[in-house]
Amino acid sequence: MVDVPYDATADIPLAEVPEVDLYHPRSWWTRYVFSQDAKVIAIQYSLTATGIGLVALVLSWLMRLQLGFPGTFSFIDANQYLQFITMHGMIMVIYLLTALFLGGFGNYLIPLMVGARDMVFPYVNMLSYWVYLLAVLVLASTFFVPGGPTGAGWTLYPPQAILSGTPGQDWGIILMLASLILFIIGFTMGGLNYVVTVLQARTRGMTLMRMPLTVWGIFTATIMALLAFPALFVASVMMLFDRLLGTSFFMPSLVEMGQQMKYGGGSPILFQHLFWFFGHPEVYIVALPAFGIVSDLISVHARKNIFGYRMMVWAIVAIGALSFVVWAHHMYVSGMHPKFGFFFATTTLIIAIPTAIKVYNWVLTLWRGDIHLTVPMLFALGFIITFVNGGLTGLFLGNVVVDVPLSDTMFVVAHFHMVMGVAPIMVVLGAIYHWYPKITGRMLNDVLGKFHFWVTFLGAYLIFFPMHYIGLLGVPRRYHDIGEAAFIPSSTHTLNAFISIMALIVGFAQMVFLFNLTWSYFKGRPSGGNPWRATSLEWQTPETPPGHGNWGKELPVVYRWAYDYSVPGAPQDFIPQNQPRATPVLQGAAP
Amino acid sequence: MAVAIILLLVAVGSVLFHIYSPWWWTPIATNWSYIDHTISITFWITGVVFFAVIAFMAYCVFRFHHKEGRQAHYNPENKKLEWWLSIGTAIGVAAMLAPGLFVWHQFVTVPADATEIEVMGQQWQWSFRLPGKDGRMGTTDVRYISPENPMGLNRDDPHGQDDVVIESGELHLPVGKPVKVLLRSVDVLHDFYVPEFRSKMDMVPGMVTYFWMTPIRTGTFDVLCAELCGAAHAQMRAKVIVQEESEYHTWLEQQKTFAELSGRAVTKATYRSGGK
Repeated sequence: MVDVPYDATADIPLAEVPEVDLYHPRSWWTRYVFSQDAKVIAIQYSLTATGIGLVALVLSWLMRLQLGFPGTFSFIDANQYLQFITMHGMIMVIYLLTALFLGGFGNYLIPLMVGARDMVFPYVNMLSYWVYLLAVLVLASTFFVPGGPTGAGWTLYPPQAILSGTPGQDWGIILMLASLILFIIGFTMGGLNYVVTVLQARTRGMTLMRMPLTVWGIFTATIMALLAFPALFVASVMMLFDRLLGTSFFMPSLVEMGQQMKYGGGSPILFQHLFWFFGHPEVYIVALPAFGIVSDLISVHARKNIFGYRMMVWAIVAIGALSFVVWAHHMYVSGMHPKFGFFFATTTLIIAIPTAIKVYNWVLTLWRGDIHLTVPMLFALGFIITFVNGGLTGLFLGNVVVDVPLSDTMFVVAHFHMVMGVAPIMVVLGAIYHWYPKITGRMLNDVLGKFHFWVTFLGAYLIFFPMHYIGLLGVPRRYHDIGEAAFIPSSTHTLNAFISIMALIVGFAQMVFLFNLTWSYFKGRPSGGNPWRATSLEWQTPETPPGHGNWGKELPVVYRWAYDYSVPGAPQDFIPQNQPRATPVLQGAAP
Repeated sequence: MAVAIILLLVAVGSVLFHIYSPWWWTPIATNWSYIDHTISITFWITGVVFFAVIAFMAYCVFRFHHKEGRQAHYNPENKKLEWWLSIGTAIGVAAMLAPGLFVWHQFVTVPADATEIEVMGQQWQWSFRLPGKDGRMGTTDVRYISPENPMGLNRDDPHGQDDVVIESGELHLPVGKPVKVLLRSVDVLHDFYVPEFRSKMDMVPGMVTYFWMTPIRTGTFDVLCAELCGAAHAQMRAKVIVQEESEYHTWLEQQKTFAELSGRAVTKATYRSGGK
């Protein structure tokens, strides 16, 4: 390596692009509503995502009430159940997690962490949010149109998605596809910003290999999203044409309810390839920002540099690249050519290696650390457990022949909830506890935070760990009622009821969290600028919360990597990235 | 301290749950016990890794949690350790992948003596077709489907005349004989799923998919649909009855062939057109 991250003797390279003047808001509207400040846009993204996320939470309660106590709630029928699972899945994966990690954390943290004043295209960044909001509103409107939202499952597989045997065939599916198209347009505007800002607007001295892993995670995920979302975009447009114009991109000749349809010649499997070419990278679009953020949480709160920083960066890049050649592991039993199984099982299991390296490095960062069991640290520990669990069950589903009995069962539901539901949300929550003081200038309440953590972590684990075994038993997913079958023992119903009760409890704990967010905004303990004594740039701003332009008169200059914690001989256990190297110079420490 | 204990309990609890869980795979009814063995290998390897990582983490929390005067060790990286861990992981992955691919090879290699049968899915019922005395099934097309010809058989194909057509009934199979199950759908995706068989495959309109198996024990098994197919997805059921060969033939004798069924249908059609 040319650039040793903590080599304090290296010259400080110049920033690649000189400073430009910012757009300065002139009124309340341009300051708080049509704002071009990435920090305001970040909060707008986060609040919108949380709002629609609460809808998804309520839907999950309704689903669990139906699964735990089938037949008890007359207001939930088979059609509605399918609409609930579809909307829950779509909201959680795209409108909540993607929007929150990239639009929320990306917008807030990228400029601050790389020492920029703002995103490089502030106006486009603002448009990105408003198009996203429109996408969310179109999505939410499907609850109120005739026929309701689509019940095609979040994968929207044709022909089912656009035929009359599926609820929401009138308006639901059309608006869903329109909303996805809008989301992708909005995301592309934001995504270009994140990538160009990281590449072009880093401050003096902030080399790529000095960036915090949070930025690496979001940066890589954004590049992936820019490459993956177009596949979903074209698939959505083509399906919209099939539905509205009678084209047959995904529609073969078929008979629906005894009627010969006019479709012919299309391929349902083509849609699955396009969908998963987007859908699998999407998993990592959610996971990589989480990987990055959790690395920083662990490092700050264990007062120790992240172990194996360079390996961590390369692992992020390797996972990002590999995730584009594994998509068909979602399609082992789709009827595609069976020989594909050899290739996709091999690539899928290879991804386990860089992923495992990341896990090892997280736990090795704890080794001989000074572990402060703060709320962000607790969430980071909760992330490691749920991610390891969900990652390992991925080795079952990725290994083609093992997937055959397990695919389309509750095992899959348990797996992906653990690995891309619970685990990233642990990181989201930990990250909110971590950066809330920077955003508001106040600390979140610690007692409520610990209550929130334990109920969420243990509750979610008790929901999804036993669920794997329902799937192992053979219970299929997307059944509103498993009904009678000889292979399902009655004890399964008891377990389902238990899971449903846990789901209600975990949901309730999120209300406590929302209360904490609101209450602490007004009454929380003032945090000061750097309550966690962290090294990265966002904690070194002249004001907290940071003002427009982030840095006052002078941009910070970076002299070191983001992980100088507990450096031997230093007066304190952290050295900020912008602290000149006058203080201790390490002799011979470079590897 | 308490945190470390809870983390460890999560790991121990998970292992105990796995051992004592009453929810486990159903007794197998086909030759695919290889799949079960591969799952067992995967459980062992992943179980050891899961326990080791969580236990190590719990130990770190116990041993290195913050105390007055504690200073973290400064240790940016350890190339050697990282390489060893990578190599160890690669070996573990290979130990799961190799048997997996080996069994997959068997899964996709249909034995030459397998009898072809057909399962057709439509919203929301199953139909079955068995080759007649000639051992071959006739061709089909969605465009031939009518109330009289629900499976869309080609009336002009001589191989199809003696095919046994079973509409929304039960599928019977002889024990011990390999079968290649051809899968077809006329409307949306379905998936012919019998948990005891372990093997399953989606049915896709516009194409014919398949899997093969050899039933190894007699019994009656539930057929479910495993690919979301619309409102009544959960109610799309049928039964497969695996029986001794002699019983199977007795049953087969009583079934109607396509010619027998469509003979009436043809008469009806003639009658109708003649009446106009």
